Amino acid sequence: MPFVELEHVSLTYRLGKETTLALADATLGIERGEFIAVVGPSGCGKSTIMKLVTGLLPASGGDVKVAGQLVTGPIKGVGMAFQNPTLMPWRTTIGNVLLPMEVVEPHKRRFRRARAEYEARAMKLLGTVGLVDFAQKYPWQLSGGMQQRSNLCRALIHEPELLMLDEPFGALDAFTREELWGVMQALWLEKRFTGVLVTHDLREAVYLADTVYVMSRRPGRIVLSRKIDIPRPRTLATTFEPHFVDLVHELRDRIHQEHAQ
Amino acid sequence: MNGVGREVLKYAMPWLVMAALLVIWQIACIVFDIPEIILPKPTRIFAVFVMRFDVLMAYCGDTLWTTVVGFLLAIAGGLLLGLAIGASPFVYSGLYPLLIAFNAVPKVALVPILMIWVGVGSLPAVITAFVISFFPIVVNVATGLATIEPEMRDVLRSLGATRIEILTKVGIPRAMPYLFASLKVAITLAFIGSVISETVGGNNGIGFLMLSASARNDAPTTFAGLFAIAIMGVLMYAVCALVEKRMTRWAFRGEIVG
Ligand SMILES: Nc1ncnc2c1ncn2[C@@H]1O[C@H](COP(=O)(O)OP(=O)(O)OP(=O)(O)O)[C@@H](O)[C@H]1O
Ligand SMILES: [Mg+2]
Repeated sequence: MPFVELEHVSLTYRLGKETTLALADATLGIERGEFIAVVGPSGCGKSTIMKLVTGLLPASGGDVKVAGQLVTGPIKGVGMAFQNPTLMPWRTTIGNVLLPMEVVEPHKRRFRRARAEYEARAMKLLGTVGLVDFAQKYPWQLSGGMQQRSNLCRALIHEPELLMLDEPFGALDAFTREELWGVMQALWLEKRFTGVLVTHDLREAVYLADTVYVMSRRPGRIVLSRKIDIPRPRTLATTFEPHFVDLVHELRDRIHQEHAQ
Repeated sequence: MNGVGREVLKYAMPWLVMAALLVIWQIACIVFDIPEIILPKPTRIFAVFVMRFDVLMAYCGDTLWTTVVGFLLAIAGGLLLGLAIGASPFVYSGLYPLLIAFNAVPKVALVPILMIWVGVGSLPAVITAFVISFFPIVVNVATGLATIEPEMRDVLRSLGATRIEILTKVGIPRAMPYLFASLKVAITLAFIGSVISETVGGNNGIGFLMLSASARNDAPTTFAGLFAIAIMGVLMYAVCALVEKRMTRWAFRGEIVG
């Protein structure tokens, strides 16, 4: 049984009398430890799917299940990273990264006593993204790329079973972005969490995901599910191999069809 | 003019302007031979200020005391109510319209009622200071809470944070710069409230001193009281501005390091 299951899920946003059907019919299953990517035209309901899976929004129709349980409210202990880093400007980088530890059980109970241990853990994680020297700096003293790396650390520190990434690399320059793909993949190979990545960058999707889902224009439906059978670890060199390029083209063609309609 | 001179001049400017105004005032008094009972010369006011310094300080002390007590109560009450209004849509829809209506009442109108209830003395001044400085604190704190980025809230919710945790981890830190920004306004209002109450019906404080001096046609003392009030007001504002700068450096993104 898949870890995350969406069955004919739909969602309508309501503001007074005005309604927007954002998601028409999404059905997909994500295995435990699988990393998937969702791509599709802007406004097709990708962010909406993220909110549905984490229970931040209740579905208008259909069932969302995580670990066999029907999702009715926010599910606990998920790691989330959005396109803008949403770090707290009154906390240092390490303070931001430690936030989940203050909220998620069982860490929350031990946090005060074992602060040093947790700080060491945060420093180790910051080390993997090259931010050790910036641990005591405030987010507004960091560059956009550094903020995004801290954001990823915050999403990962409590080793969530489910990591939701909504265009986390979108605002970065191409070099930093490609560097972070490598970081992300290394973390995933080590921890094997279940990952959901929303992106506009098809190369990013193919680089990171085991399965890429393509969505239709709004109201969103899943129109293509493509297994990515490229062995890991994938490198930047991989992205220039013919098979990789073919996959990217295949996805691009499918999305173009959506735009053409 | 070189850079340093310019910088010095920038800081000296307010003092120079003030000095110029006083000089003009002094000259006008002499040239037009204005009777002291209408407008005393600045030199005369200064002389009275020095001569009656002890008395002035004692009365200022009273006013300072009532102002600060009212102000501290307003911070405590305003913070609590602001957090409640900002955190709960129900409290918001229930109380906010009432608050706005209440704020529209000129607070001087309350003083006679307060005097019926609690008599003359320090208490009406404290209450007036509290009531008048309460509103900007509530509004600012509530605004700080209401403008939390939804994503920030979502990050916490998806971690399984309770409402209380969201309030303490994001809400309160987020509301702090708004609170401190409101203090500058609130302290000035509290001071106005205190002095109004003393003037309308008090038996101590600088407002009362001015009132009784003017009843005796003692214009120099009345003006000396006015000067004392101005100095106190500026000092209290400065203290709050300093506290604000110290406490909310992150909100200025470290740009202001002075
Ligand atoms: N809070 C909201 N209220 C009303 N409508 C909304 C709301 N959020 C999103 N929508 C609408 O739902 C649709 C899907 O939005 P969503 O944010 O899921 O798109 P997306 O696929 O993430 O787009 P993008 O790639 O541009 O981020 C859009 O048409 C949008 O206008
Ligand atoms: Mg989106």
